[in-house]
Amino acid sequence: MSTDTAPAAAEAHDHWSDLSYVKLTLALALITAIEVAISYIGDDLGALFVPLLLGLMLIKFFSVVLFFMHLKSDNRLFSLMFYLGLGLAVAVFTAMMLTFRFYSS
Amino acid sequence: MADTAVHDTVDEHIDHSGASSTGLSNNKLAMWLFLGSECLLFGGLISTYMLYRGRHSANAGPDQFWDIPFTSASSFVLLTSSLTMVLAVTAAKRKDDRNTSLWLIVTAILGSLFVAGQVYEFTTFYREGLGFTTSLFSSSFYTLTGFHGAHVSIGVIMLLASVGMILKNRIPGDKAEVVELIGLYWHFVDIVWILIFTLVYLIPA
Amino acid sequence: MALIERSATTIVPTVATPSSSYGVFRRPVESTGWKSWLFTIDHKKLGIMYGAVALFFFVVGGVEALLIRLQLAGPDGTILSADKYNQMFTMHATTMVFLFVMPMAAAFANYFVPLQIGARDVAFPRINAFGFWCFLGGGLFINTSWLLGGAADGGWFMYAPNSSVAFSPTNGIDFWALGLLITGIASLTSAINLIVTVINMRAPGMSLMKMPIFTWMMLVVQFLLLFAIPVITVALFLLLFQRNFDATFFSVEAGADPLLWQHLFWIFGHPEVYILILPAFGIVSEVLPVFSKKPLFGYPLVVFSGCAIGFVGWGVWAHHMFTSGLGPISVAVFSVATMAIAIPTGVKIVNWTMTLWGGKLTFTTAMMFAIGLIVEFTIGGLSGVTHAVAPSDTQQTDTYYIVAHFHYVLFGGAILGIFSGLYYWWPKVFGKMLSEKWGKRNFWTMIVGMNLTFGPMHIIGLQGQPRRMYVWTEARAGAGFFDLGFWNLVSSIGAFILAFGVLLFFINVFISSRRSERAPLDPWDARSLEWMTNSPPKEHNFDVIPAVGHLDEFFHRKYEDRGEGDHHDFHQIATAEEIMADQEANADPHIHMPSPSYWPIVLAFSLPVMGYGIIFNLFLIPVGAAIALTAIFGWSLEPHTASAADYDPPASDGGAEGEVSTNG
Repeated sequence: MSTDTAPAAAEAHDHWSDLSYVKLTLALALITAIEVAISYIGDDLGALFVPLLLGLMLIKFFSVVLFFMHLKSDNRLFSLMFYLGLGLAVAVFTAMMLTFRFYSS
Repeated sequence: MADTAVHDTVDEHIDHSGASSTGLSNNKLAMWLFLGSECLLFGGLISTYMLYRGRHSANAGPDQFWDIPFTSASSFVLLTSSLTMVLAVTAAKRKDDRNTSLWLIVTAILGSLFVAGQVYEFTTFYREGLGFTTSLFSSSFYTLTGFHGAHVSIGVIMLLASVGMILKNRIPGDKAEVVELIGLYWHFVDIVWILIFTLVYLIPA
Repeated sequence: MALIERSATTIVPTVATPSSSYGVFRRPVESTGWKSWLFTIDHKKLGIMYGAVALFFFVVGGVEALLIRLQLAGPDGTILSADKYNQMFTMHATTMVFLFVMPMAAAFANYFVPLQIGARDVAFPRINAFGFWCFLGGGLFINTSWLLGGAADGGWFMYAPNSSVAFSPTNGIDFWALGLLITGIASLTSAINLIVTVINMRAPGMSLMKMPIFTWMMLVVQFLLLFAIPVITVALFLLLFQRNFDATFFSVEAGADPLLWQHLFWIFGHPEVYILILPAFGIVSEVLPVFSKKPLFGYPLVVFSGCAIGFVGWGVWAHHMFTSGLGPISVAVFSVATMAIAIPTGVKIVNWTMTLWGGKLTFTTAMMFAIGLIVEFTIGGLSGVTHAVAPSDTQQTDTYYIVAHFHYVLFGGAILGIFSGLYYWWPKVFGKMLSEKWGKRNFWTMIVGMNLTFGPMHIIGLQGQPRRMYVWTEARAGAGFFDLGFWNLVSSIGAFILAFGVLLFFINVFISSRRSERAPLDPWDARSLEWMTNSPPKEHNFDVIPAVGHLDEFFHRKYEDRGEGDHHDFHQIATAEEIMADQEANADPHIHMPSPSYWPIVLAFSLPVMGYGIIFNLFLIPVGAAIALTAIFGWSLEPHTASAADYDPPASDGGAEGEVSTNG
């Protein structure tokens, strides 16, 4: 997968050099390009289509959160605050959508 | 009878300016809490869209209006702005005011470009017959992307304001932290777009 | 204010490095008079203002309730028309929930959380002030609707599509939605403020599990607010777009699902009821141990059950929608979840009871209100459990049985808890005791009134009286003597007794204020740090930031345990007065307090301006926005403490230096 090009922490501590951020951005741009390409050939992928797109979306999402927003290397309390909100949002709104029997229509 | 030592621990004259029970910055904690709450806001807007995305008349749905190449370009612009934002933050950590301001301005320009792209996109949709009240699909689409666009616009204003304050040396407290916090907000706006781009534009109804 | 007045021998004021502010007007630095209240950022003054305004709205909401009960006292009432009745019950609930209970909790939290954790203020004092003025502005804004075409009339839950323009053509609902958005900003910013304060500003040695329960419960409440307010924000925006821009989010003809509103509202609404009750639980957890002369039984369990309630509370919202057509699977899931949430609440009731058991009880008014909460809330909780069983709820829903339930938990729970807190903490805040004699009269009248008002509602609910109906008729009143007519009359009489009981509280306040006798520093022999201060506390709260070694730190400074192991043998080693004298003698020489500011009130003012603009004249929107933008810039550029030039005449010492908090 294209995530192989995403660089690990370039230096000993979690202080990334500017170049590392550029590389990560290029990787994310590549993933976006792949996403767009997939969206065009969607019919050929069948049941794999939506999970694939969602997976790529999540990779981009968490790359920005963990590395650009530094959550991975910062104090765990910040992660707790953010993931509490994120988790609650996902859980509650998924439950809401399920009550609409959204996914079975 | 009371002793002179009225407590078994000594209250020291501790310097409390900036001290905190956890050693964490108040402002940074506040920003992360705010971003946590924003997850609920956009969660509600995205869910509303997901519920109503299919409720439109025939031939007036997403497939008929989306211009994926154009929106992809907008996405690249916003993604790049996240990079320039990070570069501003690292410059600020190095106490490099000039480059901090430079990258903040570039980020603001890219953000404005994104908003301009949204405006162009929406006016095109409107001319093609997709108004705010045309259908439930259109109302929820414009509401979701409108809220996002408003967040980006506020971000641009914050970026430009901070450039002004840096150049005039008027930032109270820790300059690098202010830039970092604006960065957190900016990246959040970017990740919401990551969700919107895939869920709204790429996954067809 | 930045200038601390101290006795000359102890403190040498430090010299500030002046930095100018950009305001057109000089910064307000008065320490007395109306300006010291208008521009204050002191959490204690803000707490008092929150409390005073909340009590004002309590009376407003109470009058609205009395009008409802007058209308329903007899058959075919003519006091209120159907339309006025709809407005009345909508505004009664909106006022009580958003403009009384929530701000009253904010009053207690603002005043006491910093004191309980040994801090000198909250993390962001100016944002704190902004929150208060937003609340006041939003509350007044909503209520101007009475005079500007009619108040909101769709019920406090504002179900769609009944809330659309077609069914509610006046501006009332727009006032309601915009007003709640404004007060919502207050709640959200306060939530962030208090969470950061509790996490970051605890005195040295105060670990989370050494915090008083009131602070713990308020922490949980702030998280609930943080995550619930954005959801109702979405709902309110969708409603405003529907009503003002012809969006069709809730129009069935356009293919919309009205349940969307219900989900969004109740995803907020259910955590909201825990926001309403947890502060009272916190207060009671403070009061009971003090007047039982025993520590709270099972402190960790009380903490964890509070967190559990906060957490599980997110999973039960659709129990407000059992009859809306969700389908059996959803109903079953939410029914089970709702039963589950009774468990942590039950844990608290047990812990409170066990705190009382074997204690040396003193029945002060505060204690009686606290015990009253245990009894009355349990009654309300039990009817709540009956609602959790979906088939029986199908009978109960939309009847007065539900009204009985929530009034027992809200009045019997939240409000009795609030009154307990008022009687308990009054001497600390105002330096005078409230009369115990009048307090007992206040308590018993309220208890009798409350049970007479809401008790019969269980019965009339099961007899079939629906909610939100402006009349009941003889023909449908049922058979026998104890029919709807009888119980409605009892309920209405009870309401006036209850109102009289509330009046007794205000009489108590008035009478007690005329007394010249000062309250002792520690009248109740209390346990937590807020009592280790003057009455009222000095502006900077503590002369010395305490080093904390125990839960119930203040208690342990007064009493030494000479027992061994589980056998406790407490001996008094110091009085409050001695402790305070020692603190003053060893006061910190450098005390950093931020200065007042007018930007918070200016920014808060801009919001109702924009609100009126949206309803009446679009021109006001850019005007309000311009004020807001100016205020935000002025605020950002303002230093935390006033410069020397802001004092008139300029202070020779330049005011205090530094800051106790960073931005905000």
